Amino acid sequence: MESVLGRYRNLIVLVGVLFAQVLGLAVQVKRTNDSEPTRLIRVWVVGTVTPLEKGLAWAQFSTSSVWHNYFYLRGVRAENRSLKAQLERMSIDQARLSQDADQARRLQALLGFKEKFVSQTMAAQVIGGSGSESSHSVYIDKGERDHIKPDMAVITGEGVVGKVLHVYHSSSQILLINDQSSGVGALLDKTRTQGILHGTPAGETSLDKVMSDEDVSAGESVLTSGGDGVFPKGLLVGHVTKVGTGSDVFLNIQVRPAADLSRLEEVLVVTKVDERQAEPEQAGVSRGVDILAARLPGVPAKVEAPQKDGSESAAVAPKSPVAKPGDGVNASAAPKPAVAKPSVPGAIPAETTAEKSASQNADPAPTAAKPRTMPVSATPRSSFAAPSTSATSAPKSVTTPKPKDAVLPTNRVPPPPAAAQDSPQ
Amino acid sequence: MAITYTSGEQVEVYRFSLPATILIPLAAIFLQAFLPLRVPFFAIFDLPMLVTIAFATARRNPMAGLFTGGIIGIIQDSLTPHPIGLFGIAKTIVGFGASSLGIKIDVENMGARFLLTIFFYVLHEVVYFVIGRGLVGLHIAWSWPHELVSGIANAVLGIFIFMLLDRLKQRI
Repeated sequence: MESVLGRYRNLIVLVGVLFAQVLGLAVQVKRTNDSEPTRLIRVWVVGTVTPLEKGLAWAQFSTSSVWHNYFYLRGVRAENRSLKAQLERMSIDQARLSQDADQARRLQALLGFKEKFVSQTMAAQVIGGSGSESSHSVYIDKGERDHIKPDMAVITGEGVVGKVLHVYHSSSQILLINDQSSGVGALLDKTRTQGILHGTPAGETSLDKVMSDEDVSAGESVLTSGGDGVFPKGLLVGHVTKVGTGSDVFLNIQVRPAADLSRLEEVLVVTKVDERQAEPEQAGVSRGVDILAARLPGVPAKVEAPQKDGSESAAVAPKSPVAKPGDGVNASAAPKPAVAKPSVPGAIPAETTAEKSASQNADPAPTAAKPRTMPVSATPRSSFAAPSTSATSAPKSVTTPKPKDAVLPTNRVPPPPAAAQDSPQ
Repeated sequence: MAITYTSGEQVEVYRFSLPATILIPLAAIFLQAFLPLRVPFFAIFDLPMLVTIAFATARRNPMAGLFTGGIIGIIQDSLTPHPIGLFGIAKTIVGFGASSLGIKIDVENMGARFLLTIFFYVLHEVVYFVIGRGLVGLHIAWSWPHELVSGIANAVLGIFIFMLLDRLKQRI
């Protein structure tokens, strides 16, 4: 017996070691959802490896910064000029979009929508990976001491990256969205069709559970739906690259992540998400025309045109399709002045005193809670069609948007401050 | 100098110093986790596996080989989000096999090392695939061309790692 044991000692030990590991694996697989039995081993290993990674990442970052900030400055001037021009364009776009956003907020407020907003993020540096082709995860240099918690969303400026999986003292493991064990509640931007974004074994991402009768085209943006409870709604996930018919009734949609997951350097951890009711912004709305006017030298302010009758002014100045809730203005009855606040989508119409009195004569003031006119989007991009249907219950009239409402006016002067805010009498 | 006798041939047995035994596997695991983020192509290499083979063939002790492989694999597992043991089992088998084979064949030869590395790389991947799919339920992709190309790439890198470790090994 002893000779047999001695002869096959190596083999017996091998079988014993393998059996122990298989047993350990089985325990982990069974208890994955309950607890983490291998926490101690992971803490030791991560605690040993991540300081080295941090040191090397810091050295690499410092060297790269010195090189790019002090030596390799070729093309910086041209890039600077290009960026300035881009900034000018984007400022104008931003003004227009902020008005659209303001309009959307007002509509959401009317409908009682609640949204989740990313209210606080923490920048973190990616210091290492998992070291395995079959798992897609990275380590960041922020952990428990920085109040990072599991299941926090991780994003970059380009899009969604993943979520916090394990948190250690000074580092955390991030499960990337292209890992096969990850899942993100997602929706298609145009059709608002919801699905689940999964990683594939090859490290790609695909959108599942989208019915085959849905119209999905390549290039379409994929956003977070907020349904997974991890990612706030509306964050860019990626773009559809290929749409094919799957084996089932679902489409096979391949998605290219917006964030470059293979070359992550810095990420943002969403540390706080607020759920709040959308509220319309009351002030601070800047318009593209204002920005343009501020940049143009010596443009004299237009003298306010004499007040004309309603029909004429309507032909000259487009009426705003959006009325501020509680304005107390019956758009059909109140004549619009020739010079009013530009009627871009989402803009709050300004009223002159004469107009105010006309509206008062035409209709008694409503309560502040119920707007008299329902906002209707004039732009096709707005997806809020619901208010127009609900308008039949509360408001008395709906202003019909005109085609020119969608055009950003470029020759308007800002309305007088007194006319900017109007409250019901 | 300790010499083991197998089939009438003399085989030299080596050992590594304690710092080398600890630091080299750790460095391999660290580089494996660090470099693919900066150089994505590096992801096809498996430095911890190459170190396991190099240690096992130099020591020519199956017990040492399986424990070395097992520990390196478990440490590597700890950095992944998957259950611990996948790499552990695969590298335990590779360590045992490499050290057992090291007793029987001449592993000082460059060609033998090249072929040995390809063989054990494929074996490692097969074991990982079987355990991952069969026991853990992972959907691991398998592609023979990819595995063969990765095996050859690892074998080429393995030659240099063998040469590097040859300088650190000590005769018993």
